[in-house]
Amino acid sequence: MLLLNHLWIILVLPLAGAAINGLLGKNWPKVIVNWVAISSVSLAFLAVLELVREFSHLADSQIPYGGNYFNWITAGNFRIDFALQVDQLTVIMLLTVSFVGMLIHIYSTGYMAHEGGYYRFFSYLNLFMFFMMTLVMAANLIVMFVGWEGVGLCSYLLVGFWFLKQSAISAGKKAFITTRIGDFGFTVGILLAFWTFSSVDFGAMFRQAATMTPDTMSHAGVLTAIAILLFLGAIGKSAQLPLYVWLPDAMEGPTPVSALIHAATMVTAGVYMVARMNPVFSRAPIAMLLVGIVGALTAFYAATIGICQTDIKKVLAYSTISQLGYMFLGCGVGAYAAGIFHLMTHAFFKGLLFLAAGSVIHAMGGEQDMFKMGGLRKQIPVTYWSMLAATLAIAGIPGFAGFFSKDEILDAAGSGPHANIWLWLLGIIGAGITSFYMFRLIFLTFFGSPRYDEHKTHVHESPKNMTIPLMILAFLSIFGGWVAAPHLVGGPNHFEEFLHPVFAAYAPTAGVEQGASLAGSAGKSGGVAPSGGMELLHSLTGPPVIVAVIGLLLAWWLYIKRPDAPAQLAKKMHGLYTLVYNKYYVDEIYAALIVRPLLWISTNVLWHVVDEGIIEGIVNGSAHVARGSGSKLRELQSGNARSYASWVVIGAVGVTMLLLGILGMVH
Amino acid sequence: MSLPFLVFFACAILAVAGAIVLIVAREPIHSALALILVMMALAVLYILLGAEFIAAVQIIVYAGAVMVLFVFVIMLLNAGVEERTDWSKIAKWIGLPLGFFLLLEVAHWLAHSSVGKAVANGAGGPQTAFSTTELSTALFRQYLFPFEATSILILIAILGALVLARKAE
Amino acid sequence: MSVVPVSYYLVLSGILFGLGVVAFVFKRNIITIFMAIELMLNAVNLAFVAFARAHNQLDGLVFVFFVIVVAAAEAAVGLAIVIVIMHNRETLNVERVNLLKF
Repeated sequence: MLLLNHLWIILVLPLAGAAINGLLGKNWPKVIVNWVAISSVSLAFLAVLELVREFSHLADSQIPYGGNYFNWITAGNFRIDFALQVDQLTVIMLLTVSFVGMLIHIYSTGYMAHEGGYYRFFSYLNLFMFFMMTLVMAANLIVMFVGWEGVGLCSYLLVGFWFLKQSAISAGKKAFITTRIGDFGFTVGILLAFWTFSSVDFGAMFRQAATMTPDTMSHAGVLTAIAILLFLGAIGKSAQLPLYVWLPDAMEGPTPVSALIHAATMVTAGVYMVARMNPVFSRAPIAMLLVGIVGALTAFYAATIGICQTDIKKVLAYSTISQLGYMFLGCGVGAYAAGIFHLMTHAFFKGLLFLAAGSVIHAMGGEQDMFKMGGLRKQIPVTYWSMLAATLAIAGIPGFAGFFSKDEILDAAGSGPHANIWLWLLGIIGAGITSFYMFRLIFLTFFGSPRYDEHKTHVHESPKNMTIPLMILAFLSIFGGWVAAPHLVGGPNHFEEFLHPVFAAYAPTAGVEQGASLAGSAGKSGGVAPSGGMELLHSLTGPPVIVAVIGLLLAWWLYIKRPDAPAQLAKKMHGLYTLVYNKYYVDEIYAALIVRPLLWISTNVLWHVVDEGIIEGIVNGSAHVARGSGSKLRELQSGNARSYASWVVIGAVGVTMLLLGILGMVH
Repeated sequence: MSLPFLVFFACAILAVAGAIVLIVAREPIHSALALILVMMALAVLYILLGAEFIAAVQIIVYAGAVMVLFVFVIMLLNAGVEERTDWSKIAKWIGLPLGFFLLLEVAHWLAHSSVGKAVANGAGGPQTAFSTTELSTALFRQYLFPFEATSILILIAILGALVLARKAE
Repeated sequence: MSVVPVSYYLVLSGILFGLGVVAFVFKRNIITIFMAIELMLNAVNLAFVAFARAHNQLDGLVFVFFVIVVAAAEAAVGLAIVIVIMHNRETLNVERVNLLKF
C-alpha cells in the first residue's frame, strides 16, 4: 500500500528531474542530462505500474482512494488542501501519460541531440510531466487548475524553446494567451462551483450534485452554468472552435513537444476534465448538447482544413484538433468511456504520427513541406511502416486501435441515449475526410518519385533511440484497441467495464431527458441485441468503415493514380480552394476583429490616456505643483528689507486684531 | 478749556507734527530733530500724567543720550538726501493703509470693548503724582532681577558696539 | 480742574504708533527707519504711563523704565551695525542691502 498512501511520490519524481536538470544541468554533458531526465520519468512510470498493482487490490468501496497532503489555503469557509486521488479514470490517464511520456523522452535524446539548450529542454519536459500528473491525480478543482495552468506554462516554454526565433516566441505567446481566454471561463466556473457546493472537492461536489434536481433542456440552472464555464476552459486548452488557433502555430516547437503536449497529453486535459465532471454535465443537458455540437463541428471543420495543408506537421495539428472534437463528441452524447478510450488510442497513434513525422523531418535534414518529399518509403522503412500503422489507426480501418474507439463514439452519436442525427452526420463525414487527408499525407511523403534534390539531401534512417519508440507505439496503435474487441461479437467491452464505476457512481436516475443509462454498460441500451456474428458484420460494414475506405481510395486516386488531378481540381474550384488553403482566414479575422482593436485600445487609451495622461499626470502634476508653489513662495525672499518689514507689520496687525478681539471678550 | 486740556492738546499737536515731519523730511538730520521734538512733547505729557521721574529719565536718557547718539552717527556718516528707490511693491501699497488700520483698531477697541470702555471713562483714583521713592523701592525689590539683567544687557551692548565698530585688521 | 481722560492719551498713542509704522515701511534710509522704531517705542511708553495712571499702579512706570534702557542698548548696537554697513556697502539705502535673496 506504499504508493497509494504516498501518491505524491509519483509527482515528485519528474519534479526532481526538472529541478536537477534545470538548476545544475547547464554545463553537464548530454549523457548525464539524459540519465537524469529519463530515469526520473521511467521511475515515475514504474511507480505508476506499482500503483496500478496496488489499486487492483482495492475493494470497490475504497475507490476513489486519496490522500490529503497539506493544507494549502484556508480563508474562512474556503479551504483547499493539496489532495490527490486515484480511481479508474486516473489510472487510465496516468498510464497513458507516463508511458507515452517516457517513450517521447527517449525519442528526444535522439531528435534533440544536436540542439543547444539541451538541459533546458529536458528540464521543461520533466516539469510538464509533473504538472500533467498533478492535473490527473487532483482531488479538487483547484489542484487540477494548478496542473492545468502548469501545463500551459510548459507548453509556452517549450513552443518558444528556440527563443531566438521570432515566430516561435509569437507562437508561444499565442498559445498562452488563447488558452488564457478559456481559463477565464474555467476560473469563473470554479468560483460558481464553490458558491454552489461550498467546496471544490470532487467527492463533496458530486455528492451534493446528486441530491439536486437535474437541469432540463428548457430550464438552465446553476449546474448548466458551471458546466458551460468549465467547458470554456476546455475549449481553450483542447483547441476547439473558436479557440483552436494556437495549436497549428504551436508546431513551431520541437517535434517531440508537439507529440507529447499537443497530441497525447496536454490537449486532452479538457476531455479529462469533462469526463471527471460527468456528474455535473450529466445533469445539464444543454451543456452536454453544447459539448457535442462544439466537438462535432470542430471535428468536421478542422478535417476540411487538413485537406489543403502542405506542411506535414500542420496537417497533423489540424488532425489533432479534429480528433479532439471526436472525443468531445463522445462525451457530449454521454459516451464518456468512449471519449476516454479515443483519448488513449489517440495518444498512441497521434504521438506516433508526430514522432514519425519528426523522423521524416530529421531524415530530410529539416524539410517539412510534403510537396518537397516523395518516394521515401524505401529509404526510411521503419519510419514508413510505423507511420502507416498509425494512419490506418486514425482512419478507422477495422482491426486497428482507432477503429474501435471511433466506432464507439459514432455509435453513441447515432443511436445512443443522447443520439443526434446531425452530430452523427458531421462525425461520419469528418471521418471520411480524416481518412482522405491522412492517406494523402502518406502518399505524398512516401510514395511517388522524389520531388527533392537527391544530391543535396542525404536521406537516412533515424538512430535507435528514435526508432524504438516508434515501433513500440506502432504496436500499440495496432493492438491497443483490442481491449474493446470482444464487444464486437457481443461480449463485454473491457475498457468500458473498467471505467464503468466512474461514470455510474453519480449518474442521474431515469428521467425523461436522461434516458435509461449512460455509457459504461456493455452493449447498447434499447433495441434488440443482435447475436454475436451479426454484430461483427454490422460493425465491419458500418458507415464509419465505408467512409474510411472511400477516403483511402480517393487519396490513392488523386495522389498516385492521377497526380496532376489535384492541381486541376484546385484550379477549377479556385475560390473554395483558396478559402480552405488559407484556413478560412480565421487568423486574419481574429487579428482584425480582436487583436488590432485591442492593440489600438492598449496603445491609445491605456497607454497614452491612462498611463501617460492620468497616472503620470498625477505624479508629475504633484511634482509640478510642489515646484510651482515653491518657486512662487520663494519670491517672498526678495532680499528687500522693506518688504520684510511690511510683512512683519501685516502679521503684527493680524495678531493685534486677535488679541484685541479676545481681550474685548474677556471681562 | 482748563489748563490740563490745553497743555495736552498743545503737546499732542506738537508730537503728531513731529511724527509727520519725521515721515516727510528729506534729510535724516531733520527727522532726528523732529524725533527729539516728539520726545520733548511726550515728556511734558508724562508730567501731566504724574510720572515725573519717568519724564526726567525720558529727557536725560532718551532725548539726551540716545538721540544725541543718532545725531552723531548721522553726522559721522554724512547721511544726506536719500535716493529715491522704490523696489518693494508690497511696502508701497501696504504702508499707508496699515497705519490707518492700526489707528482704527485702537479706536474700535476703545469704543467697543469692555476694558476700553472702562478705561476710557476717566482716570480712576486721586490725581497725585507717582512717588519716586516708591518707584525705586519697587525697582529694587520686586523688579530686582530685571534690573540686574538690564545692566548686564547694557554691558553686552557696549561690548557688541565695540566689536562691531572696530576697524578690520 | 477737570482731568484729561485716559482715552485721549491712548488715542494719541495709537496715532503716534501708526505714524511710526508708516515711517517704518516707507522710509529708505536705515537710520530713519531706526528712528521710526524709536517713535513706536515712545508711543508705547505713553500708553504704558497712561494705563499706570488709569489703574493707579507703579508697574507701568517700571515697564517704561526698562523700555527706555533696552531702547538705549538697542540703539547703541544698531547704530554700530549701521556704521559697519556703511563701511562695507557704501550706502545707507536699505534696499541696496539685498544680498540675502533667493
